[in-house]
Amino acid sequence: MAPRVGVVLFPGTNCEHDAVRALDRLGAEAELVWHGASSLGHYDALVLPGGFAHGDYLRPGAIARFSPVMEAVAGYAVAGGPVVGICNGFQVLTEAGLLPGALQKNRGLRFVCATVTVRVERDDTALTDGVAVGTELSIPINHFEGNYTCDAATLAELRDEGRIVLRYVDNPNGSVDDIAGVCNAGRNVVGLMPHPERASDPLLGSEDGVVLLGALLRVAGAATPAA
Amino acid sequence: MAAPRQFSVQVEVLLRDGIADPQGATIERALPALGLDGVTAVRAGKSFRFDLAAADDADALAQATVVADRLLANPVIEESVVTVRPAGTPA
Repeated sequence: MAPRVGVVLFPGTNCEHDAVRALDRLGAEAELVWHGASSLGHYDALVLPGGFAHGDYLRPGAIARFSPVMEAVAGYAVAGGPVVGICNGFQVLTEAGLLPGALQKNRGLRFVCATVTVRVERDDTALTDGVAVGTELSIPINHFEGNYTCDAATLAELRDEGRIVLRYVDNPNGSVDDIAGVCNAGRNVVGLMPHPERASDPLLGSEDGVVLLGALLRVAGAATPAA
Repeated sequence: MAAPRQFSVQVEVLLRDGIADPQGATIERALPALGLDGVTAVRAGKSFRFDLAAADDADALAQATVVADRLLANPVIEESVVTVRPAGTPA
């Protein structure tokens, strides 16, 4: 059966259709989930897509964290369900405390819109399961607050526990330790700044994002839906 | 229990030392155009003001600190300063 993926839509999200289309093309049944939803247990995976949830007012993700759906997302994540936050979705997950650290403004004071190369560092997370460590992927980034930061203790923990999922080959934004994506201790919640859904078709210039989204769907297909 | 009193709250949020502050840096770079070469360490932040009903000073500060720490500032990258005073008194 095709994995069912909920793509969470906050007011101000703007990459939701890209995500749904990319997932559907890979054989998923993806659908939008309004941020007022309170029940997510019937999905095999969740994606928090990019955009400007709640206008990014205050800070990216700061208000979205209080959307009703986030309590359900947290419950889903604690139950082991695969959750992926892309760009603004990553920011929402850090603000919600589901992932450590924060995304600060890019080094160099610039919004960066470019296709970058990221290296897969782990083959055992919801987004990289079965992907060979060292695989390099060409995927677009598109952000102003993508400069990952955390305190020294958290960074040491991320390294020791192998929770740095993706690294930039040529750091575009100043992220500490070239971090492009991290996961939680359970490895089922992953956040990344690059947009795999925008690299999901040759027409888009790259289909390397399929490697990541395909891994997510494999994990989703194998997962028992969270209660 | 005493009736709640009104308090005026100001919360100032600044990026922590070591966190990139593009706004502050950009403002600082603009200042020489005014002929002011001695201005350094410019930091840009946010200021929030709101009113609050609380039992006493300590309660008001405690509530305001929750607002600051849980919503207005992200402690990973920002620090906040909370000031509470009885409504109607000078800042």
